[in-house]
Amino acid sequence: MDGLAQALSGALRRIASGDASLGAIVLLSLEVSLAAVACATLAGLPLGAAIAVGRFPGRRTVVVLLNALMGLPPVVVGLFVYLMLSRAGPLGGLGFLFTPPAMVIAQAILVLPIIAALCRQAVEDAWIEYEEQLRSLGAGRLGAALTLVWDIRFSLLTAILAGLGRASAEVGAVMIVGGNIDGVTRVMTTTIALETSKGDLPLALSLGMVLIALVLALNALAQIVKDAAQRRYG
Amino acid sequence: MLRAFAALLLCANAHAQQTYITVASTTSTEQSGLFKHLLPIFEKKTAIQVRVVALGTGQALDMGRRGDADVVFVHARPLEEKFLAEGFGVRRYDVMYNDFVLIGPKNDPAKISGGKDVVEAFRRIKAAQTPFVSRGDRSGTHFAELEIWRAAGIDIKKEKGPWYRDTGQGMGPALNTAAGMDAYLLADRGTWLSFKNRASLAILVEGDSRLFNQYGIMLVSPMKHPSVKKESGQAFLDWLISPAGQKAIADYRIDGQQLFFPNAK
Amino acid sequence: MAANARILPLAVRDLCFAAGERTILDRVSVRLEAGPCTILLGANGAGKSVLMRLMHGLLVPTSGEIAWSDADAERCRRLQAMVFQRPVLLRRSALANVTYALKLARVPRAEREQLALEALEGVGLTHLAHRPARVLSGGEQQRLALARAWALHPEVLFLDEPTASLDPTATREIERVIRAFDAAGTKILMATHNLAQARRLGDEVLFLHQGRLLERGRIDEFLARPATPEAAAFMKGDLPWT
Repeated sequence: MDGLAQALSGALRRIASGDASLGAIVLLSLEVSLAAVACATLAGLPLGAAIAVGRFPGRRTVVVLLNALMGLPPVVVGLFVYLMLSRAGPLGGLGFLFTPPAMVIAQAILVLPIIAALCRQAVEDAWIEYEEQLRSLGAGRLGAALTLVWDIRFSLLTAILAGLGRASAEVGAVMIVGGNIDGVTRVMTTTIALETSKGDLPLALSLGMVLIALVLALNALAQIVKDAAQRRYG
Repeated sequence: MLRAFAALLLCANAHAQQTYITVASTTSTEQSGLFKHLLPIFEKKTAIQVRVVALGTGQALDMGRRGDADVVFVHARPLEEKFLAEGFGVRRYDVMYNDFVLIGPKNDPAKISGGKDVVEAFRRIKAAQTPFVSRGDRSGTHFAELEIWRAAGIDIKKEKGPWYRDTGQGMGPALNTAAGMDAYLLADRGTWLSFKNRASLAILVEGDSRLFNQYGIMLVSPMKHPSVKKESGQAFLDWLISPAGQKAIADYRIDGQQLFFPNAK
Repeated sequence: MAANARILPLAVRDLCFAAGERTILDRVSVRLEAGPCTILLGANGAGKSVLMRLMHGLLVPTSGEIAWSDADAERCRRLQAMVFQRPVLLRRSALANVTYALKLARVPRAEREQLALEALEGVGLTHLAHRPARVLSGGEQQRLALARAWALHPEVLFLDEPTASLDPTATREIERVIRAFDAAGTKILMATHNLAQARRLGDEVLFLHQGRLLERGRIDEFLARPATPEAAAFMKGDLPWT
């Protein structure tokens, strides 16, 4: 109990003093996770929508697989991307390993199944309501699906936030492909891991509190946007 | 989708604009804070950014073998010699040394405190079956620990019991684990001095010559991996073994205590 | 509107539809001509909705044939429109819902807004053109669905109980629009429970019972003297002024 209280008070002092390197770490964390979620959204929404409205052999297997991939262990994704981007690997020539682009790639892979699977569920539910009318108007299956995605976009925000939560919380993938290099690939989660391992618990805790506060703020913002839009568009 | 990928590439190029090298080093050098002290000095002098990826010695050398690092900076001589023999390194230089210390709980159930013989201490720990935390991660420290068990005539792989906790972690996390379970462990002095979560742990055995810990540095061979940045990598190497670099190493202190002792020839 | 019949008459031959074990339509044969407003009458589960969806191409028959007079399937589809019991509208403005339908019909971009505004004017929704469609009242939404259909100038308009969820005022407004479609020459095929509405709007009636087409005839004759006991029973269970 003592240790926790000490860590907490030390943490608050740290945050109040406003460290400059802390600012850089927070900024990088946001850049990497937001970029990863953006890529995963661009790919995941059409993918989820296509599976939702598609009728093809093995569809049910694909749905189960997609849902299962939501639970991909971050450290496994990190390992896979590492092997791909290593100089000894197929994409080594890109020189992405131990740079932020590698971290974005790894997190995008991690987050893609979450966004795609949740989108698939949302579109499949909405399809029940919209299908007949859209087909009556002559929309092709895929075109109708994409129209639906745009129509239910505010519900899909929840899926995107789930992806953002996963990306900003994980440490396994970015640690392996980023290398936690000081000033280059060090993000909040890897810093928390490092400071914990150095025994500097107050700093680790203060970073943890900042990370949670950040994710809370992003979610609150998204909710405000969603409410405003719902009032406007019905 | 392609547009996002292209954006990523541009982003990567922006990073590549400043010259940088990738150094695979150990958790003991990183977590002791040595690099935070050394690297700004080198960067100011040469404008070469040094990016350190801290892993165990074994992993760091593997990174060199894969060509993902330009320089390797580790502390397990036999493993380094093997790396050289395989042709992955150009040439090995001594850089600095420090020592390992045997850490344990202050109440010392195995009764080894104050001793000068680390091999005897290990025997007593095994006899008393008190908790012992091992790095278990093919690091230099892990390697040194295994050598001491060998010297004590103990085949630790066969003779270990529940008292032997193989964590597979870096130095810091292993220290945390030992602090949490009042265990003994072998640590390098540098990480110990900068470690802040000591709980009831203290140095119990030190000064044994078998606890000598030598650090070596090698440029990864450009013949094996043409992508190695050999000029910048060599510049870093040269600086570390130069009088200026050696002095910078000696200047690094925590609470007035020097952590690493330069000994380049 | 559709001055020249291109896809009518529609010939339906021995149409069957089964869902799993249940037979929903049992060898229905009918020929639909341009002109009369045709009402589909029948109890719940008689197969009215399924029959319309089969004709419109939303369902695939288990057996039997649906033959429009035009061999070009794409043109057949584009000259039909359907309005459902609950209007399905996108989260956009009323105007945008109509222009979306025009986009799907490959109407050139420059013409879409004008055509959409004309359609909205026809149903009396011009003042709500830029309101989000989903905040409109039930009656307004259904009128919007009809405006959307109007803009497409269909030759055939299917209506599946379009006023079942509306109050009497809104119902009257919808019926006014349906009459406008009829006057412009669109073939109307409408399913309804409401006998009074059937008399108000319809010219002929098709009576379905348990998946079979039992009766066909002029609306006033059917309502006064149903030929089959099933039809008589159906009408006895229904108050004529609902």
